[in-house]
Amino acid sequence: MITLKAKLRLYWPLIKSLQTALLLTTGLAGYMSARCPVTTIPTMIGLGISLFLAISGSTILNMWYDRDIDAQMPRTQKRPLPAGVLDPKEVLGVGLTLSVLGVGIAVAMDILFGLIIFAGLFFDVVIYTVWLKRRTAWSIVWGGISGGMPILAGRALGVGAIDWIGLALMLAILFWIPTHIMTFNMRYHSDYQRANVPTFPSTYGFPFTRSVIAISSIVAAIAMGGAAFGIGMAWGYLRLMVVLSGGLLVLAIATIVNPSEQVNFGLFKYASLYMLGSMLLVTL
Amino acid sequence: MKKISILDRILLLITGLMAAYQVVVGVEGANTLTQTSFTLAFGVLLVAGLLLIILGFDVLDSPIVVIVSTLIPLSLSLGLVARFFPGFSIAYLIFSIVGLLAIGFTRFRTPGRAAVIVLMIVHGISGILIFVLPIALALSGVTGGGFALVGVGGGLIGIGGLLLSFLKAGKPIFPRDFILTVLPGLLLLMTAAFVAGLALG
Repeated sequence: MITLKAKLRLYWPLIKSLQTALLLTTGLAGYMSARCPVTTIPTMIGLGISLFLAISGSTILNMWYDRDIDAQMPRTQKRPLPAGVLDPKEVLGVGLTLSVLGVGIAVAMDILFGLIIFAGLFFDVVIYTVWLKRRTAWSIVWGGISGGMPILAGRALGVGAIDWIGLALMLAILFWIPTHIMTFNMRYHSDYQRANVPTFPSTYGFPFTRSVIAISSIVAAIAMGGAAFGIGMAWGYLRLMVVLSGGLLVLAIATIVNPSEQVNFGLFKYASLYMLGSMLLVTL
Repeated sequence: MKKISILDRILLLITGLMAAYQVVVGVEGANTLTQTSFTLAFGVLLVAGLLLIILGFDVLDSPIVVIVSTLIPLSLSLGLVARFFPGFSIAYLIFSIVGLLAIGFTRFRTPGRAAVIVLMIVHGISGILIFVLPIALALSGVTGGGFALVGVGGGLIGIGGLLLSFLKAGKPIFPRDFILTVLPGLLLLMTAAFVAGLALG
């Protein structure tokens, strides 16, 4: 009999804790960007719980659906599902339960907020993972849109509507996703090829992918800067955001001018730090 | 090559946080050129610190390190000149741009003696300015006494910049591992001196 603690330990990798935490942070940042007195602690807690459940649920569902391709990639074949240490039916049940709970709490809190959370989950699991991921490299666009939903949802919950700032924040995430994912695709290029998952590097080649990363980084930085300006961020914080965006830009250009595994990995890591830093600045 | 340690990463993180703080608070009452120059200097310091944390000391193999290690003292000295000697702002701005371009050009096109000479001239002038100016200003009462700390930071950045630049130019003053051992601490002390000096001045 597996204890609850052991079970949790097996499920923990299924929710991709770092990715979930980052998306959760964007949702909270989106809400806090609406500023006091709109923001309240009980709503923040509800937002956090519903987002955590919905994001974790969708990630588990993705893991469940992709268990066959995970088994073909050295990077992922030790995950609990492809390794056979968890029952797929049970995982599907847990993923669905968490998703329903997350969306349910979100709808109960606010209809618009709940709808956006549901849209994010639907785009991520159905459109991205089930429909497009194994068919086209462009599936990443839908992955990006779903990744932008938590921040849009948080903002919408804060201001009571979908405003241009919320859309700009979502755009920033949408265009940040290629920087993050495509550098990852390049690093584990052979893994994706082995599993027959089309990616930008395998479909269009590395040089074109690097150009896409550079351009999307620029657009992400502009969208984030526009949103920050719209929120009314203080000049000092805006300066810091420009500095962080500049670093992202320089690294993106470096991947084109002087491509190497080291620069790619640096961009991948820096992009995560950039997003975390930007979210912190948006909340201040 | 020496691997980056946890302590190195912690020191670099604190350095980055202090640089970020300086970017946010800026320099009170400063003109645009001063503000921009200091933002550039501390911004480069912040991003460089983050990249060192992420990629380790391997990142120092990049040819761009010479440019970065010059950009910091040049923009700091430009900020000081623009703030206290605004009449020389344009002339020093031109010197900074030409100096940076010359270092980039000689580094990539004509490495060797020419690259070292250009490096020494540009680093020397900017280094002396950020070392001497703050101390002189503090001693003459133009600024608060604490502003002399900026000069201390200037001295430290001069040492760090020279160590890195000569290392990159293939003529290291000290063994590579020694330079990498002291670099994170040197960056931290330098940034702390700058931030404290600007706050107290």
